Amino acid sequence: MKNKEFHLNLCRMMLLIRRTEEKIGDLYPEQEMKCAVHLSIGEEASAVGVCAALRGDDVIYSTHRCHAHYLAKGGNLKRMVAELYGKATGCCRGKGGSMHLADPEVGMMGSSAIVAGSIPLAVGSALAFSMKGNDRVAVALFGDGGAEQGSFTECISFAALKKLPVIFVCENNLYATHTHISARQPKDNIYQRGEPYGVPGTQIDGNDVLAVYEAASQAVERCRRGKGPSLLECRTYRWRGHVGPDYDYDLGYRSKQELEEWMRRCPITTYEKTLVSAGICSQSDLNLIRGEVDEEVARAVTFAKSSPEPELDELLQDVY
Amino acid sequence: MRENQAIRQAKYVEAIAEALVQAMECDERVFVMGIGVDDPTGVFGSTRPAFKRFGKKRVFTIPLSENAITGIGVGAALSGFRPIMVHARNDFLLLTMDQLVNHAAKWSYMAGGRMKVPLTIRAIIGRGWGQGPQHSQSLQALFVHTPGLKVVMPATPYDAKGLLLASIEDDCPVIFIEHRRLYDTVGPVPEETYTVPLGKGAVRREGGDVTVVASSLMVLEALQASQLLQSDGIAAEVIDLRTLSPLDDELVFDSVRKTGRLVVADTGWETCGIAAEVSARVASNVFGSLKAPIRRVCLPDSPTPTCPSLEREFYPGAEDIAAAVRTVVGRVKEPVRPRASARTQESWDKGFTGPF
Repeated sequence: MKNKEFHLNLCRMMLLIRRTEEKIGDLYPEQEMKCAVHLSIGEEASAVGVCAALRGDDVIYSTHRCHAHYLAKGGNLKRMVAELYGKATGCCRGKGGSMHLADPEVGMMGSSAIVAGSIPLAVGSALAFSMKGNDRVAVALFGDGGAEQGSFTECISFAALKKLPVIFVCENNLYATHTHISARQPKDNIYQRGEPYGVPGTQIDGNDVLAVYEAASQAVERCRRGKGPSLLECRTYRWRGHVGPDYDYDLGYRSKQELEEWMRRCPITTYEKTLVSAGICSQSDLNLIRGEVDEEVARAVTFAKSSPEPELDELLQDVY
Repeated sequence: MRENQAIRQAKYVEAIAEALVQAMECDERVFVMGIGVDDPTGVFGSTRPAFKRFGKKRVFTIPLSENAITGIGVGAALSGFRPIMVHARNDFLLLTMDQLVNHAAKWSYMAGGRMKVPLTIRAIIGRGWGQGPQHSQSLQALFVHTPGLKVVMPATPYDAKGLLLASIEDDCPVIFIEHRRLYDTVGPVPEETYTVPLGKGAVRREGGDVTVVASSLMVLEALQASQLLQSDGIAAEVIDLRTLSPLDDELVFDSVRKTGRLVVADTGWETCGIAAEVSARVASNVFGSLKAPIRRVCLPDSPTPTCPSLEREFYPGAEDIAAAVRTVVGRVKEPVRPRASARTQESWDKGFTGPF
């Protein structure tokens, strides 16, 4: 049984991600964040649930849609927003941008904008942990599109062969850019795709942070006991467009009705209602968190906007 | 270079094998993975001693999933190891381009230098005995074109060991391209560990009339060409690039300032190749020293043919380099390519029997 602090921390982190990304959406029209942003609004529970099951010395690898993962793993918010503004104080000194967030000091090992590109890197960290004989865990986060790449299957196979401590977490938000999964995959069964290789898979309501946390915890435990990899498919939905801050149901590839159905299943309000009705916390506890989060986001934006741009000789640094 | 007769003589392949063993002895973060590295042949024998010494924990085979395994090497490098990945043919690197170009080469830069990728990729160029279009490619130009990758091509046994040890020590991803037809060449190789610095070429033969820049197998061809040219009274200076990225510009520029003439020989294709890059750099930086147009000696722009007759026509050799030199020194107007059937068999090619 988890205590109040645990639950409030999950709430706080989901809210931090939500409010940060909403702020990005509000500020984006200023045209000062000159990089492509892929928002996770609506998908916060999978990032937070998975990372809550990890230790500080465990590692994650992410995708172009990496804000939530970076923050959930403990990445520095100010340095993330500064990175989006292309500033020298950014987590990648302005050279990565929104799609390549990294904070290796907290185990956020980087993000690839090549679909499925970072899955092998996570398996490589798991190989390193296995060879060193420690009990650290690596997590590969990817979307439903990532499960279509060959390297996904290659990695499942290799991780199973070597019993590596890696968790494959697919955040299935049903769309790759503007194309529904039914137009791309013959069967809607990503969670089963490890089975031929002996990798257990679980399909989870990705909007239920506790369900994600529980499934991830079991997978982590399996890794730590040397039993090898697991595959988690978190069913979720992104509210905004593939890229940028706008709602895009007007494009016609998905309906407003579909979006509204998923918005009714908001991972944050659902969880907050559960906590209040179970008597774990009060509405005023949640209001307090909301206020603190908004202040933190505002401070990060101020920090980012007032930070200097990189020196021009940065251009050729860190190439070799 | 401390090469002399007192030093132990060893084959190129033995030098590579010894470098692997010594790197693994010195640094427990080093491991070797690749298709067949732990099988009885051990990638032409190059990984056999390391496997015998360290076993399957540190020298292990992989599934035929080169792209993913390359990324796994990147991840292991990010988590504190110094992996060495081995490919029996250069051509198989094309399966790994996403991980090499999009990930290994860029991970450090994208993270603002907060992480490094100390990964060494060994890959072998095949040639002859019907290697054909997909087992013989010299792809160095593709990698040199990618910022973030270092590219090394040793020509001698001494360099094979010293450059491999330097590559493993380096904090960047290094593409280490070997030539199968150099594997049995013999030269001085010190028994102790030593490194040959990346980014430094070497003058293999001094001469005042023309600069011949080459790497890998073409260094041997260039040296043979310089012998042929001696009877014409032409003194060629032969430069071995050793590392193609970063290129040792100054060594080449200094030589061209002295000779005023340049021929560049490469194991790869002519179009957009290494020879084109060296030529462009010389033309941009020491144009005033040039007394004649630059000539390139590279592969013609076709895939590698499989049959021996066309293969002989396909590969340029010492006589092609000599012909190019005679043109740039003004002895002939256009290089006359000797007919394949009339060309001498190269020293490195004698005694080779199949299978490859």
